[in-house]
Amino acid sequence: MLTFTLRRVLSMVLVLWGVVTLTFFATRLLPGDPVTLLISQGGGSAEDIADLRERLGLDDPLPVQYLRFLGGLVRGDLGMSLVSRRPVTDAISEQLPHTLALATTATFLSVIIGVFLGVLAATHQGTWIDQLCIALSVLGVSIPILMSGLLFILLFSLVLGWLPATGQGSWRHLVMPSLVLSLASTGTIARLVRTQMLEVLPEDYITVARAKGVLERVILWRHALRNALIPVITVIGLQFGSLLGGTVVTESLFSRRGLGRLVVDAILWKDYPLIQGVVILGAAIYVGVNFIVDMSYGLLDPRIRRG
Amino acid sequence: MIDNGYSASGVFGLIVLVVIVLSTLLAPFLTPYEPLAMDYENQLLAPSFAHPFGTDLFGRDVLTRVLHGARISLSVGILASLLAAGPGLVLGLLSGYYGGWFDQVTMRLTDLALSFPSLILALGIVAILSPGLVNVTIAVGVAGIAGYVRVVRGSVLSVKKELYVEAAQAIGCRQRRIILRHILPNISASVLVLATMDVAWAILRATSLSFLGLGAQPPTPEWGAMINEGREFLRRAPWVSLAPSAVMMLAVLSLNLVGDALRDAMDPHTNSH
Repeated sequence: MLTFTLRRVLSMVLVLWGVVTLTFFATRLLPGDPVTLLISQGGGSAEDIADLRERLGLDDPLPVQYLRFLGGLVRGDLGMSLVSRRPVTDAISEQLPHTLALATTATFLSVIIGVFLGVLAATHQGTWIDQLCIALSVLGVSIPILMSGLLFILLFSLVLGWLPATGQGSWRHLVMPSLVLSLASTGTIARLVRTQMLEVLPEDYITVARAKGVLERVILWRHALRNALIPVITVIGLQFGSLLGGTVVTESLFSRRGLGRLVVDAILWKDYPLIQGVVILGAAIYVGVNFIVDMSYGLLDPRIRRG
Repeated sequence: MIDNGYSASGVFGLIVLVVIVLSTLLAPFLTPYEPLAMDYENQLLAPSFAHPFGTDLFGRDVLTRVLHGARISLSVGILASLLAAGPGLVLGLLSGYYGGWFDQVTMRLTDLALSFPSLILALGIVAILSPGLVNVTIAVGVAGIAGYVRVVRGSVLSVKKELYVEAAQAIGCRQRRIILRHILPNISASVLVLATMDVAWAILRATSLSFLGLGAQPPTPEWGAMINEGREFLRRAPWVSLAPSAVMMLAVLSLNLVGDALRDAMDPHTNSH
């Protein structure tokens, strides 16, 4: 287990280093000088440009800038935003909680609804309930956020008036965006849980449990589901990535603050340090979640722990 | 599903796709309006016979704009997919056929690229190239390369073991001829399936990026930009946003259904159930 963990940590650090290096050089080697752009937008002289370049350390050779950037990164310093002239970490830590709340609620919803639909379909295999669950999951996977989001806003805010359409603050603001964001993963998880359950249910140990007179409810949720869930955990990790991508569109659609809005504005303003910071953070979250997923196999399946 | 040689959903997808493509090509003849012509006496009109999808804030006919938007979105989708398919095919063929260190490096990079959500990857490339419709097309295309590399390499690996490839090698065919004349035609089916679905994904991603304000800019009749414009008055005139997003969903769905049907038709293994 220890070598397994160490190898995963090492590959995680390597991937992150790759992302950092790639974003660093990509944002610097391409044409278009952000400082010149910034000054020309705000109206400044050549002197201002030279001054700002020096203060941001843009006159040093690239390798020096790269090492300084890596050094700062290790200390948790992502540099200064070109537009707001504030530390990138401040801008990010303001918006991060909003996006995390959205992404984790959506993940939570997709697991609960997806597992429920999947188990329901598997236990009613071949009936109309099964058909309905399959249809719902196909719909969930294939409807784009731009469509489902608009339909939800129309129905629940404008027609029924149950939930606020935009903004944030209370849990009621979180319901619609996270539900819309969760639809695709819900469908994927439901289909996977269904196939997994159908594979597990005919196993001997289920028959044994039944023969012993274990309650059907306990067999389903404890014996069968626990074994059906292992591949599902992998998918949750993979889905978390597309979910993170989905937050960008979702936040825009529901006019919510968050990393999505932050990064889009940073791109429009060519605020390279900020873009770089968000990309690195996004990669770190994604890699981190998949690390936790890998580790959780061991908890669910003792055979992997020993191996 | 009844196994009588074709799938109902595939046929449905094909019909929808043909209707969309035809009405896109014939857009100037189907509606009497211009996509950019403003008419301040007919702002935010509800759908009617004269304006089946209503009008927007500037009195422009929404149906006309959706149809012209389809021209943009379909071209962007196809171009981005071609942009991904070119390098994807070359890298996949070389990587699968020759193996070795080149294969190792390509696959590491492919895994790295695929480990990122494609929308984020495209977003990052747009960030580097700067916003705009052309750059969105490039970004979505580049973000799709890794997907092609993986599929092409996999298909090459399975075809490479076939007897006819071995025979060609035995009679001393040149490598280039083997790759282009023996392997390429035999992986074209799976590449075609992938390309069909990839166009759908590319449309979805490009529309999302334009919706975020990073692609086509108003007044261009592009679906994503239109959805974003209509968001402001969703309560008064929901059709302005709903029409383009519904047509986008139909386009994406039909492409996916056709892709699914193609895959089933070409792969005898999945046909049997």
